[in-house]
Amino acid sequence: MKTFIGIDLGSTTTKALILDEDLEMLGKGITNSRSNYATAAAVAKEEALTGARLELFRRGLGGELSSSAAETLMTDLELAIRLEQFLDQLEDLRKTCATQIAPGQDGVLEALDEIFRQIKTEAPDMFTRDARRKSDFFRDIAGSRVMQIGEAVAKQAGIAYDTLINLYDKSIIEVENRPPTSDMAQMFLRAIDRLTTAGSELGLDQSTARTVMQAALDIELEEASQVGTGYGRVTLPFPKDNIRSEILCHGLGAHMMYAGTRTVLDIGGQDTKSIQVDGEGIVENFQMNDRCAAGCGRYLGYIADEMNMGLHELGPLALKASKAVRINSTCTVFAGAELRDRLALGEKREDILGGLHRAIILRAMSIVSRSGGITDEFTFTGGVANNQAAVKELKALVKENYGDVTINIDPASIYTGALGAAAFARRALDS
Amino acid sequence: MSNQTQITTPAASQEVIKDASMLKQKAMIADNYDKLTRAKELGLKVASTYVPGNLNELIMCFDMLNNLPEINAIQNGMRKKSGGMIMDAEKMGHSEDVCTYVKADIGNMAKGSIAPNGKPMPVPDLLLLSYTGCFTFLKWFELLRDQYGCETAMLHVPYTGDGIITDNMRDYVVKQLKEVLIPTLERVSGVKFDIDRLREYLRQSAKAEDDLVWVLKSAKNTPSPIDAYFGGVFYIGPIFTAFRGTPDAVEYYQLLRGEIEQRIAARMGPVTPDGDLGEEKYRLVVEGPPNWTSFREFWKMFYEEGAVVVASTYTKVGGVYDYDGFRHDPDNPLESLAEYCLGCYTNRNLPTRVDMIEQYLEDYQADGLLVNSIKSCNSFSAGQLMIMRTIEERTGKPAAFIETDLVDPRYFSPANVKNRLESYFQMIEQKRRAGGSARAA
Repeated sequence: MKTFIGIDLGSTTTKALILDEDLEMLGKGITNSRSNYATAAAVAKEEALTGARLELFRRGLGGELSSSAAETLMTDLELAIRLEQFLDQLEDLRKTCATQIAPGQDGVLEALDEIFRQIKTEAPDMFTRDARRKSDFFRDIAGSRVMQIGEAVAKQAGIAYDTLINLYDKSIIEVENRPPTSDMAQMFLRAIDRLTTAGSELGLDQSTARTVMQAALDIELEEASQVGTGYGRVTLPFPKDNIRSEILCHGLGAHMMYAGTRTVLDIGGQDTKSIQVDGEGIVENFQMNDRCAAGCGRYLGYIADEMNMGLHELGPLALKASKAVRINSTCTVFAGAELRDRLALGEKREDILGGLHRAIILRAMSIVSRSGGITDEFTFTGGVANNQAAVKELKALVKENYGDVTINIDPASIYTGALGAAAFARRALDS
Repeated sequence: MSNQTQITTPAASQEVIKDASMLKQKAMIADNYDKLTRAKELGLKVASTYVPGNLNELIMCFDMLNNLPEINAIQNGMRKKSGGMIMDAEKMGHSEDVCTYVKADIGNMAKGSIAPNGKPMPVPDLLLLSYTGCFTFLKWFELLRDQYGCETAMLHVPYTGDGIITDNMRDYVVKQLKEVLIPTLERVSGVKFDIDRLREYLRQSAKAEDDLVWVLKSAKNTPSPIDAYFGGVFYIGPIFTAFRGTPDAVEYYQLLRGEIEQRIAARMGPVTPDGDLGEEKYRLVVEGPPNWTSFREFWKMFYEEGAVVVASTYTKVGGVYDYDGFRHDPDNPLESLAEYCLGCYTNRNLPTRVDMIEQYLEDYQADGLLVNSIKSCNSFSAGQLMIMRTIEERTGKPAAFIETDLVDPRYFSPANVKNRLESYFQMIEQKRRAGGSARAA
């Protein structure tokens, strides 16, 4: 089977997406960009390939299950695979930490083994449907567990807590940047076995599941073409023809998601772009933030730091605003100063946050109008599109300025650039 | 065209021929700075003036030297010295938003006004302000007058708001030349005005202008033998500055024309800092001045993608010679000086600028329009988005907008500019292949 891969190397996250020949999505993956784009691209692609096998398995199920049962199975299977991947990486981390132990450090190896034994035991509970994870990145999950469990284990074993944490700190980057080495096929079959023996009501017996999975695994995935985009695109080891600007990729990606799209607004980590596309997804015009990142995703990150909150907590709190506080500054740092000023004046945090969200969207609207405004369907993408307070302000301002136009926001909009890149890869086959 | 005779070493002829005009210009500039920095010793008076609407032939009639603060700022920008000068000017109280040519000049003055040859520039004897479309010029010379305490003469050139030069406008400028400028120049220099001397200079100007226009129009060839923006700023050097009306300028343009003729015959693309351009992939028209502090880096973003600028508006700020065929005219000396000032690009209204760009796109078979908007130049930047929109509507060709600055290095963000340029080039490519659009999912 021919596959077409798009990779979007963003300033914050790296995304990979795989399409089949009919432009149907097979899989997608995301990871933190780190300072190492090559590894980030490899990790995201590996995740997308895992997704592709799952999708082939789902297609292979055909009429074996009802659609709702199939969805349940797919969700469980995905979680089971995530668990397998986590356990693989955890074992890698344990081994790497062990090699870092200095000679003569008695009891450290045993303490380390104990920490990892406990994490391994509790791991299945972290990957259930109801489990809440603050992050899907290995570094975040493993790091927080090592620190928490490590404290108790160190105390019990009479070892300095710092000794254990140092081992983790020295090892995590190495492990994180090491592409997965385990056999994917074996991992998939282990996941199937885990599900079918766990007594889950799959409506599918173990041998049928294994047969369908094996068939999915046997399909040869040929990488027909690969296109890279995003700020790190020049670091990709691709020929120049396989590198596309993210403006073109976002334009085409938004068109693929919503064919009626004529204007795309993308608010990413460090830039805001407004793109006008024609009926075929071809870019007609674009405008970007100039010389300064005010009004981009990082603006919200900065504000979150200033308020000592998590980035994902900003939107929900801002939605509770009961009045509009005006924040005039378009400068990120000055907005921080305005924020302190308003707090000192006794304004409520939610009201100020409401004002800050309005400020960022006002700035984006100015870029939209510079690119030619909104005449028809409007698609909002990028990390900020997941922030409901930002979406609320955007909807209000679009209506105020351009009347009733269709506004599209896809929950997976963070993959828009990668989708466009993969579509370019598919197109290269025809030309 | 016998520029071959200028060449002393026929070996490696391509290189030598390429360099002949460049070497000539370099020598002309060095000679002019030498004279300027030795003005006192040579007993020569100095007039400071601006590029748009500069009255070089008239200044020469009074045996005066012509010093151009904008050119000094550009020189300092390209030598990576303007950043420090600008910060010095800001320390003195000039705001961040002020024209960076002005601040580079003021900062340079505070450091003793050192010319590129390392010697101090003279205090001008006259500030000759020919006001052509840029309001900041007024304020700039006000600051210089305060500093130098020297005489100031202003030529008020009416803005061609309706897109035409009326008889009234021309008469008004001629009247000022007769009643204010010429008497002032006579008084400051002690030299009597001789209109026949002016006619002779204008005759030389027209000759050089003919060759310049020929060079600019050579970009209609495919591939274009010149880059009319990055190369263009060198080609306009002599005619925009202290050399218009001199035999040196005539000779420079003859040399240049000969070199370009050879490039056309050999079907060669433009010269770049990394040698001859390979395949010509994109043909662009550019509106707005270039960035000077990262000039080479900026240029490279074009030539390494095979993008050639076939026409630019910036190369018309010191005189528009191609669009409506203006030439300095020895038979109507003062009238033609007036028309020259009135017709400079910065003195033209927005509809005329749009018409010019549209015609360039068509005549030079360009793929699209690129606007380089300058942060600190309101007189150039105002209306550029509207210009771009109108051009898109009229021609259907893709346009793009980038933002940099003249000589403030802080406002040149390479990653940002490169990203936009690459996107634009790919957009042109995509439009060309419009047949192969993607299907919707």
